[in-house]
Amino acid sequence: MFRDERERPPVFRDERERTRTQLNLRIAVLGGIALVMFSIVFFRLWYLQVLSSAKYTKEAQNNQVRQITVQAPRGEILDRSGQALVKNRTALSLQVRTIELPSRPHKRRSELVRLGKLVGMPYSRIRHDIHVQHKQVPASPVTLRRDVPYDLVYYLRENQDRFPGVSVNRVYVRTYPHGTLAAHVLGYVREIDAPELKEPRFAGVKPGDQVGQAGVEDSYDSVLRGINGMERVQVDAAGQPTGHILTRRAPKGGDNLKLSLSMPVQEAGESAVSSFGLPGAFVAMNVHNGQILGLGSNPTYDPSVFAKPVLTKAQTAAIFGSGTSSNPAPIYDRAIQGLYPTGSTMKPITSVAGLESGKLTASTVINDTGCFDIGGGHCLRNAGGGANGALTLVPALQVSDDYFFYQVGAWLNTSDSKNGPLQKWAKTLGLGHTTGIDLPGETSGLVPGPPWRNGLYKEHKTDRPWSYGDNVQLATGQGDLEADPLQMATAYAAIGNGGDVVRPHVGLDVTKPNGQVVQEIDPAPQRHVNIDPTYRADILQGIHEAAQAAGGTSYQVFGGYPVPVAGKTGTAVRYPYGYPGPEVDQSWYVVLAPYPNPKVVVAVTIERGGFGVQAAAPAAQKILTAYFNSHGRNIKQTGVSVPSSVSTVGAY
Amino acid sequence: MEVQTLPRRFARPRERPGVFERVGITSLDPLLTVGALGLIAFSLYTFAVTTKHQIPGQPDYYVVRQAVYGGIGIAFMLALARIDYSRLRELRVGLYTAMLTSIIAVLMLGSATRGSKRWITLPFFTFQPSELGKLLLLCALAGFAIDRGRHLSERQRTARLMAMGFLPALIVFAQPDLGTAGVYIVITLAVLFIAGVRWTHFAMLAAIVATAATLVFVVAPLAGHPVLKGYQQNRLTSFLNPSQNPKSSSYQINQSLIAVGSGGKTGRGEQATQAENGFLPEADTDFIFAVVGERFGFVGAAFVLSLYALLIWRALRITALSKNLYGSMIAGGIAAMLMFHVFVNVGITIGILPITGIPLPLMSFGGSSVVVTFMAIGLLQSVYVQARLASKSRATASAY
Repeated sequence: MFRDERERPPVFRDERERTRTQLNLRIAVLGGIALVMFSIVFFRLWYLQVLSSAKYTKEAQNNQVRQITVQAPRGEILDRSGQALVKNRTALSLQVRTIELPSRPHKRRSELVRLGKLVGMPYSRIRHDIHVQHKQVPASPVTLRRDVPYDLVYYLRENQDRFPGVSVNRVYVRTYPHGTLAAHVLGYVREIDAPELKEPRFAGVKPGDQVGQAGVEDSYDSVLRGINGMERVQVDAAGQPTGHILTRRAPKGGDNLKLSLSMPVQEAGESAVSSFGLPGAFVAMNVHNGQILGLGSNPTYDPSVFAKPVLTKAQTAAIFGSGTSSNPAPIYDRAIQGLYPTGSTMKPITSVAGLESGKLTASTVINDTGCFDIGGGHCLRNAGGGANGALTLVPALQVSDDYFFYQVGAWLNTSDSKNGPLQKWAKTLGLGHTTGIDLPGETSGLVPGPPWRNGLYKEHKTDRPWSYGDNVQLATGQGDLEADPLQMATAYAAIGNGGDVVRPHVGLDVTKPNGQVVQEIDPAPQRHVNIDPTYRADILQGIHEAAQAAGGTSYQVFGGYPVPVAGKTGTAVRYPYGYPGPEVDQSWYVVLAPYPNPKVVVAVTIERGGFGVQAAAPAAQKILTAYFNSHGRNIKQTGVSVPSSVSTVGAY
Repeated sequence: MEVQTLPRRFARPRERPGVFERVGITSLDPLLTVGALGLIAFSLYTFAVTTKHQIPGQPDYYVVRQAVYGGIGIAFMLALARIDYSRLRELRVGLYTAMLTSIIAVLMLGSATRGSKRWITLPFFTFQPSELGKLLLLCALAGFAIDRGRHLSERQRTARLMAMGFLPALIVFAQPDLGTAGVYIVITLAVLFIAGVRWTHFAMLAAIVATAATLVFVVAPLAGHPVLKGYQQNRLTSFLNPSQNPKSSSYQINQSLIAVGSGGKTGRGEQATQAENGFLPEADTDFIFAVVGERFGFVGAAFVLSLYALLIWRALRITALSKNLYGSMIAGGIAAMLMFHVFVNVGITIGILPITGIPLPLMSFGGSSVVVTFMAIGLLQSVYVQARLASKSRATASAY
């Protein structure tokens, strides 16, 4: 049939039967291989899952995971020149995770006793620390010691099996290279507490995390905070890491915050205000853009205290006040939370209201007779008791004549039921409401007016309704007026810069750790008010002469000052122990410099400081000197002689 | 003659093919279909219960994707079942060229995962050409086996076929993808085996392999030119001694053994920790069998293996049933491919083979693998359907 049998390949030989048989054989071989494979697999599975199951179950239980939070460093806080005001340092802290301590009381006790011997702490102290910290910061491991030596780290690592639950961890701690400097601006950080955890701005923050609690640490917390990293590590049944990291998310450090604070101005302000040993506050601000160059309050506190895991009772009382003293505590920032009458520093604001409402002109003459009759035979007198005779606005500001402004206050009381031009202008210029500074806790203060007092009277909270005498008081910054140095600085800045009511701010910019600027902080003014330039010029001239013309109220301090300035003293009468009661004089000074085109405004107040020229003015002068010297001037700070007596008839 | 017409209402309704008939399901091998669908369903179930917390906020991430891959794969299976595989024989040159081009393209411009280039990124998805290459190689090689048979001596035929199969294996090995290279070799050997190559030729091949292995593992490293990459060598050696170094490559084997072993007879269910806590690496792909073993125990593992046994049994049966040798070679190649995948993957998981990175068909997460496996099942179905049609026509022919 086939001629050449050999040429046909085997598979195409037409011997279907033989091929079929051979194919079936080979399929059978494949099937056999499959059978062998499956048998091997099944026997092995039987061995693993049935015969050795107990061993592997135990190993699986030894395979435990612990989630470790890797703390992200908070951003640094810098002054305007880039110097660090707040930094982080790493500290080795000895920590105890109480849930990992032995559960049996005697074992637990003996471990802690052993640990105590190692670090030189009595058992009672350790127990006390654990107890206290658990109450204060329940979510965190208890920190027994900060900055432990490396020897201890190694010893604990080598003997970890004897100290379950004890570990030394690296933590970031806030550190303040300049001590208490700018403490009120900087604020401090603490572990987040339960109510805060519910706030939307702390979304993503876990119990045990540190968040800002005051100052810019609080207001810029979301910027500074960073995002904690996370590691899931394999641990054995004893809780010891095996060194195998299952997953890791790197921490993301917070952004750095640069402040507008100028270190020399801040230092000068703090030392000047604290030099009197009296409570007080100061603000130095750029009049055009609201950048705060210095802001401080005396007494101050040491923010590094909060870097410790737990505050003692005494520390808490020293910072937050004991609750019995009538004096607010150091934590209180008088520059933005003070509620003081402003004394005569109010007079330029009264002048604006008088001139703009047409009740007063630059040439209006008021004859100071020494006794301003407010009815019922009652006289309001100048602070010095004398009489200055006939005056126009500029000399009245120069000598700070009270009679003159009593009269203006009386004219401005257009109604006993509605706010008049004085209230309107005081509020427009920034009093009676918060300025919106980027610091937490700012108070709004109070500009008293008829609706306010009459409302209280209706509720029987005061003994009388509004009368024009109240307006007379307000015109000179006495009585019910409540304001703080920041509000006064803002109002003066508006007069000085031509009508911009700036939004004060301490933040300048936000940069990534690599230096890239993320955000520049330059808020627009709160509003612009139109003040007639001639009125401005008159008012500035008046307070310029008050500072630097013979007979001016602060001439003793600024008379020989090399930079022309425009500054106004204030002496506010306060009744800190209740009215009626002993009255004390609160010293105020607000100054714009250089005159007539000011760049900077400084406001200082010293509680119980006496007349404005006695305490606040010299302090303001030191701050100005620091400002101008850091801007290329070389003004020698002559020891300003604080006037002990005041020899003019004006009020201060 | 009387013609009686029935009233319309008594007329028999015209028989319309149902949906299942129209897509050709009724003519498929039912057991093969059940096995494949059972595996993909079990895969989806496994992902549904084990990957809920894998990606935060996306509990269905794996299930949805694997279901989509499965759907695409099933569509391919039905499509392939309806064509006559014999036509692929004519396309052998094209198939072979396409296969070579795609795997070389990967080598040149593919994206690398863990130092290994296996994927090509297309606009909407990434695809692993070496997976599809398995089927292309099989169809082409089987075609050549019949072709070459006509005028070459047996030894020449064997040598040429081997060269054609081992060339792509070498390229894939260079990607480097040890597991898939192994699949290519197994497919080549299976085609030769079914084609009826003499036993002596296989013996000769074994001798050559033994020499080559000596060269690769002993001589080349001594001469300073290691052929295997560091991690490949590690995997091969660490397998011999799993508990020696728990932190490196034998870590995977150890964790896999713990997972499988702790599963016990009926599994740890919700108590399973090995995969959930991330101890088990590659839990959703190469080590999916360990997840099954831990979660569902011996019972679950045996169930999965039975489904594979079912697939392989049907594949071998279809090899025998095929109407022609080409079909036998394709079916036999697929049977061998499945056997290799299952045995090597499971063998790695249970610690009897070195880690090579090879998916468990239809169980492991991954589009390329799932779709290509379904395509292979589709080819088997095609061989089955054609064999049934041929025997029916033979039976009809003999009846008349």
